[in-house]
Amino acid sequence: MTALAINGLSKVYDNGNQALSDISLQIPQGSFYALLGPNGAGKSTLINILADTVLASRGAVSLFGHDLLAERSWCKRRIGVVPQEVAFDPFFTPREVLAFTSGLFGCKPDFDWIDELLTRLELIDHSGKNTRQLSGGMRRRLLVAQALVHKPKLVILDEPTAGVDVELRKRLWDFMRELNAAGTTILLTTHYLDEAEELCDHVAIIDRGKLLTARPMGEMMREIASSYLWLHYGKAPVLTDAASEQLAAFEPRLSEHGICLKLGKQEGGSTFHQAYQAAVTCFGAPLDAGMRREKLEDVFLRLTGKQASRKTDAGDDHASD
Amino acid sequence: MRPINALGAWTLFTREVRRFLKVKMQTIVTPALTAMLYLIIFRYAMGERQVPGMAVDYFTFLVPGLAMMAMLQNAFANTSSSMIMGKVMGMHIYLLMAPLSAIEVVAAFLAAAVVRALVVACVFLAVLFPFVDLQLLHLGLILFYGICGSIIMGGLGLIAGMWSKEFDNIAMVTNFVILPLTFLSGVFYSVKQLPELWQQINHANPFFYLIDGFRYGFLGTGDTDPYASMLVVMTTVLLTILACWQLWRIGWRMKE
Repeated sequence: MTALAINGLSKVYDNGNQALSDISLQIPQGSFYALLGPNGAGKSTLINILADTVLASRGAVSLFGHDLLAERSWCKRRIGVVPQEVAFDPFFTPREVLAFTSGLFGCKPDFDWIDELLTRLELIDHSGKNTRQLSGGMRRRLLVAQALVHKPKLVILDEPTAGVDVELRKRLWDFMRELNAAGTTILLTTHYLDEAEELCDHVAIIDRGKLLTARPMGEMMREIASSYLWLHYGKAPVLTDAASEQLAAFEPRLSEHGICLKLGKQEGGSTFHQAYQAAVTCFGAPLDAGMRREKLEDVFLRLTGKQASRKTDAGDDHASD
Repeated sequence: MRPINALGAWTLFTREVRRFLKVKMQTIVTPALTAMLYLIIFRYAMGERQVPGMAVDYFTFLVPGLAMMAMLQNAFANTSSSMIMGKVMGMHIYLLMAPLSAIEVVAAFLAAAVVRALVVACVFLAVLFPFVDLQLLHLGLILFYGICGSIIMGGLGLIAGMWSKEFDNIAMVTNFVILPLTFLSGVFYSVKQLPELWQQINHANPFFYLIDGFRYGFLGTGDTDPYASMLVVMTTVLLTILACWQLWRIGWRMKE
């Protein structure tokens, strides 16, 4: 079943900025879905439309088959949003904030659940403090607790770990994994692409308001991510015309230490041997060699056209390891 | 049909009440004290002078008017400050994300504004009652005008808060709209003392009917018939609530 169906969603702001352009996405129930994109891609606009803080210009959204506009109240009770901006009422404590949020969503405050959230997010020792006294990381974790307090079926996390230290981030993800395993659908935006690759089973990439791709993470990595063979010669080999012709199928890239050959989407097998043999024929036996498979970050950079801004190529990445 | 989120509206109401109670020195004691200072100044400036056309001394005449003025200003401040603070600090999104209908939000905000206005008036009157010859002659009228006035001002505060993008905008509305309308509504004078033109201008000010009707409840005398004024007040209440409901429903200046 589809948890969230977005059809032809567009948003043009009053200043003429087209933040979203005809976005269509299907987010399966129970998935851990990564919504990725560079700054200004339209991720937050999309999330704000789902949170009903921004109005869509066109398109439709349905949650578990219920139209977001026509059945706004029903849908809102089932969505929990962690917004990007951290803001709290300065008059109240975390416990009060969570009790109020629970009430606003029409749920009697469940203090056992509130205590569990405060414990899991390591805020229990600060639950009686005023929100003004909390650190930035604590406030961000309180935002997460606030989004979960009414036990939503769909949790939307808009960069929830910005400013949270590594250890706490790991524990937060463990908690999210548990919620996901229990059936909660999670939509995540983050700039930590390693985390997205590790956590999420689906991924969508948007850029300049347009959807570039949306598919299961495994399929994406199988079909889009490429593998590279790097060969270390201790210096840049000379790419003669004959060598260029022989290696053309492998899109050779020279670096100051050697050469990097693209193997395509499937690792191993004959392609590896063909590339290796071709390199040996052209430049002789290398001092060292290895393979590197593209990560989500590489695919992301390639799809969003940010490849040129990367400082290193695949071979240098490995050489500097 | 959409179920009513009564618990959500109640939660918002209690949050708004607790918000002003957390800073009671600023929200309750200070307005009551300010009104009392006005009273002391006018008491010594005007002495035992009687209000023309009314068998009542100026001091007794002033007390209900000042109580009502404090109610109106505080009802406005309660909703407008909550809204603008929410917008400037980014907290308003939690309200927009909650499954609350426009009428639930408006009802909760206005009810909290009425509570603050009543608390301020009660504190003010409780302190002054031993020193002034006032009676609750028409309690129904006092409550009607007090509550209706607070609803109108709470509603205007809500609209002003939705319209404002920064604290300066609210200060502008307060200083250039609300203060003149309340000061020029017969709090400090009987309109019968004014030239004909100014009397007519006063009659176009809805706050005049609120203050005059409220005062009538204590003194049994006023510049207009308080029962006839009810129509003006009820119409203003209705229009204010409708405006608030419609503006919140469409997310006016709240949703981009």
